[in-house]
Amino acid sequence: MDEINTAISIRDVKKRFGDFIAISGMSFNIRDNEFFTLLGPSGCGKTTLLRMIAGFENTSAGEIHLYGQPLENLTPNERPVNTVFQSYALFPHMNVAKNIGFGLHMLGWSKAEIQERVEQMIKTVELHEFAHRKPAQLSGGQQQRVALARAMAPKPKVLLLDEPLSALDLKLRQQMRAELKALQKTTGITFIFVTHDQEEALTMSDRIAVMSAGEVQQIGTPTEVYEQPANRFVAEFIGKTNLIEATVTEVQNDSVVCKLVTGQTINAVTAQNHSEDSSGVSPSANIIAGAQGHISLRPEQLSITEVSSSSSGLQGTLGEAMYLGTDTQFDVNLSDNVCLTVRRQNSVENSNLPEFGEVVELSVAQGAARFLAG
Amino acid sequence: MDRYAYSKRFDVKRYPGFLLITMVCLLILYAPLLVVMVYSFNDSLSITKWGGFSLRWYVDVFTGLEAEKYKRAAWNSLSIALMAATVSTAMATAAAIGMVRGGQFKGKSLSFGLISIPIMVPEIVTAVAMLIFFSTIGLTLGYGSILIAHIVFCIPFAYLPIAARLQGIESSYEEAAQDLYANRWKTFRFVLMPILFPGMLSGFLLAFIISLDDFIITNFIKGAGVETLPTAIFGAVKQGIKPNIMALSTLMLLFSVLMVSLSYIIGRTDRSVDSKSNKD
Amino acid sequence: MAAFGSGSTVSRTFAPVRNWLLMPTWLTVGIFMLLPLLLILVYSFLTKEFRGGVIWEFSLAAYDQFIFDRGLFGDAEPSIEWTYINIFLRSLVQATVATLFCLLIGFPTAYFIATRPPSTRSLWLFLITVPYWVNLLIRTVSMKFLIRESGPLNQALLGLGIIDTPLEIINTNLAVQLGLFYSYLPFMVLPIYASVERYNFSLSEAGADLYAGKWTILRRIILPSIKPGIIAGCILVFVPSLGAFLAPDLLGGAKTFMIGSLIEEQFKGNAGNWPFGSAASMILLSLVLFVLLFYARSQAREQL
Repeated sequence: MDEINTAISIRDVKKRFGDFIAISGMSFNIRDNEFFTLLGPSGCGKTTLLRMIAGFENTSAGEIHLYGQPLENLTPNERPVNTVFQSYALFPHMNVAKNIGFGLHMLGWSKAEIQERVEQMIKTVELHEFAHRKPAQLSGGQQQRVALARAMAPKPKVLLLDEPLSALDLKLRQQMRAELKALQKTTGITFIFVTHDQEEALTMSDRIAVMSAGEVQQIGTPTEVYEQPANRFVAEFIGKTNLIEATVTEVQNDSVVCKLVTGQTINAVTAQNHSEDSSGVSPSANIIAGAQGHISLRPEQLSITEVSSSSSGLQGTLGEAMYLGTDTQFDVNLSDNVCLTVRRQNSVENSNLPEFGEVVELSVAQGAARFLAG
Repeated sequence: MDRYAYSKRFDVKRYPGFLLITMVCLLILYAPLLVVMVYSFNDSLSITKWGGFSLRWYVDVFTGLEAEKYKRAAWNSLSIALMAATVSTAMATAAAIGMVRGGQFKGKSLSFGLISIPIMVPEIVTAVAMLIFFSTIGLTLGYGSILIAHIVFCIPFAYLPIAARLQGIESSYEEAAQDLYANRWKTFRFVLMPILFPGMLSGFLLAFIISLDDFIITNFIKGAGVETLPTAIFGAVKQGIKPNIMALSTLMLLFSVLMVSLSYIIGRTDRSVDSKSNKD
Repeated sequence: MAAFGSGSTVSRTFAPVRNWLLMPTWLTVGIFMLLPLLLILVYSFLTKEFRGGVIWEFSLAAYDQFIFDRGLFGDAEPSIEWTYINIFLRSLVQATVATLFCLLIGFPTAYFIATRPPSTRSLWLFLITVPYWVNLLIRTVSMKFLIRESGPLNQALLGLGIIDTPLEIINTNLAVQLGLFYSYLPFMVLPIYASVERYNFSLSEAGADLYAGKWTILRRIILPSIKPGIIAGCILVFVPSLGAFLAPDLLGGAKTFMIGSLIEEQFKGNAGNWPFGSAASMILLSLVLFVLLFYARSQAREQL
């Protein structure tokens, strides 16, 4: 990748806290002007990585470069990156304007310059009436905007966001997603966004790094990580999926034929590494006949049809149905202990539902079945 | 918890007689002080008979034969308390940041032990230790030795409220300040200190009162001719309790009540700020 | 990530200068407190000089005098000398009784305050702490004034016809007890109050639900739950009572002599004996450290 387009370069970075390995070695690049998300469950090392970029933690090994410049010897106040903290960390004794102007004040800007920039930022986050309020007098959403304005005021090269939406209620969170995305687009600042919420990651990001247990599992666009999960962890962590144990019986060009644990056979696509610079992804090219793994089937890629003699599809008994508003979710038992979840949109056309206990056939959308090794 | 509408009979929290004991407790605590306050306004020369209301003993404290002695003692007490509280608060603030924000380090519990020695060791032993130390190094006893001693035993009293407050302050404030280009000193000066200030103030007040209050240690190391209010009063009381002592005691008592009310108010306003910042 | 966000991440802002921040306190307390304490130990093994001070010659005379009336190394027949041992024992008894007395009054008071509605709770607490902030000397002098033979207490009791002759409280063990109780009661109330405030009262309700009477609940549920507060309060009263000087000196007489007065006597004027006073201080300090060690161990057990 072109060096000029790289904002942050993570090179063989490792981090350990005593005996605990928080990050067991990772390398990837974050592009300039990108909304990049570190996604993973708690304890996966995503916040630790963010804190290492900000300078709050040292790397145990490896290097982090910012636009080609190594950050190792710079303290947090010497790094041209700013952070939006999970708790916002708004200074309680300063009003909104003072909070936003703090970084500029520390950088030695003149009073007039500070005032101009603060006003501009207050306008950007729409907090005109609140400039002289203390953080304690603001709502959670307003505090969030102040934190954002404060971090962006010094025009950082990279903005680090540590689960900034987690303290907000659902409605506000959804609204802020759109605003954050828009803000990133208009300012052109590289955003590195940490979250454990896959929906947040999918809706806002240009690219997502899915992390688990101190390793990067997959890096890709939202579509890539959802539709082409690199491994079982990614498939299960992002969205809902059905995983069925399977054995490869035949390897074809870009797909494999698998025998499910229930006895049926199915055509499946193999996981492929679609992003240029990801690590920790199990290679898919060398899958051979006899390989053990799982077939991943997304619930919405399955549809329930009546049994027809001609089809070679999956057959099962219809179990419980759960009404979810826009969708209805069905359990379909392929065998005594393999049960698939199927989602069907509630529309007028397909309102004639099969009955509980009926034998039904499941049709799988083209290319929806994925074979995941391991 | 009190919103649970129990009838008083079935309130599991309530124990009969506890109110009475609390009242007895307050009576024992306040009766001697109130009696002295009342008798300080006694017109009679005899301290036992009530001879009508008068302010003569208060006038006596400020203009009487011993007025000069008490004024000097009061000046010594106040100036030493002010300096000892200031210095010990500064040292305790630095130490609290080192201890609370320094992470795990070798000798952490040793450091804590060292800081708390002056609280743990009986005052009389501290007094002996300092007397022996000052006489061994040949320091002339007097104002200087009192000041040093007061700084030392005020440190833990200043430390405890500061460290307690600091433990309640998220370290993300410091990180945010550093992230916004503040160096270490500016992080302390503009962010940590203003947030820590109520703790520093209560540490200062506590140290101030403890210094004013001290009798035993001061009595050992004051040397000849230098008196603080407690040592002057003690010397006078040895000759018998005179009415002017009661007037002086009442004045000191009111001063203490003023100080504790002050710290109580500070504590309250501070808490109200905290509770606001907690709600979202 | 929460475990790392708050728990083990330390502020890297101040961690690098930690030693510099701690240095002033280390030096001040080290030089002016720790070193002097070690000096007491040295002095207790020196020879006394007659006008106060010491001669730098090794001697066990101080400890010998304390236990054997200088019989072991002196010229008299060695026999256990009870005078000083009795003073120590009396101090231990006085401190223990004062602690129990404070507990007996302090626990119900702390409990009562902690169960007040939050609006009045801090006012009650304020009332308890105010006397603590008043100068100890003034409080002791006030108590002396109140309980004197011709003092207001006796006058009131005589006037009300409750007694015929004045009560002789002053200069008795009771007077010293009153003084100690009065001096250190807030130390008992505050930690117990803190424990009771944290106590989850649904435990009492669960006890009542399971057929326990009120006093059974108090004994079997509340007291075990707030034990740490009670132990802390007892230590905070016991330790200063043991070395108390003002209460026995002002309220007591010759018969109520305690360690504090014994030590003070050794350093006042020409009649003093510095090595002996140092030895007595070391013995008092060891007693206190023993109690604190016991406390630290019970705390450590609590945490397991």
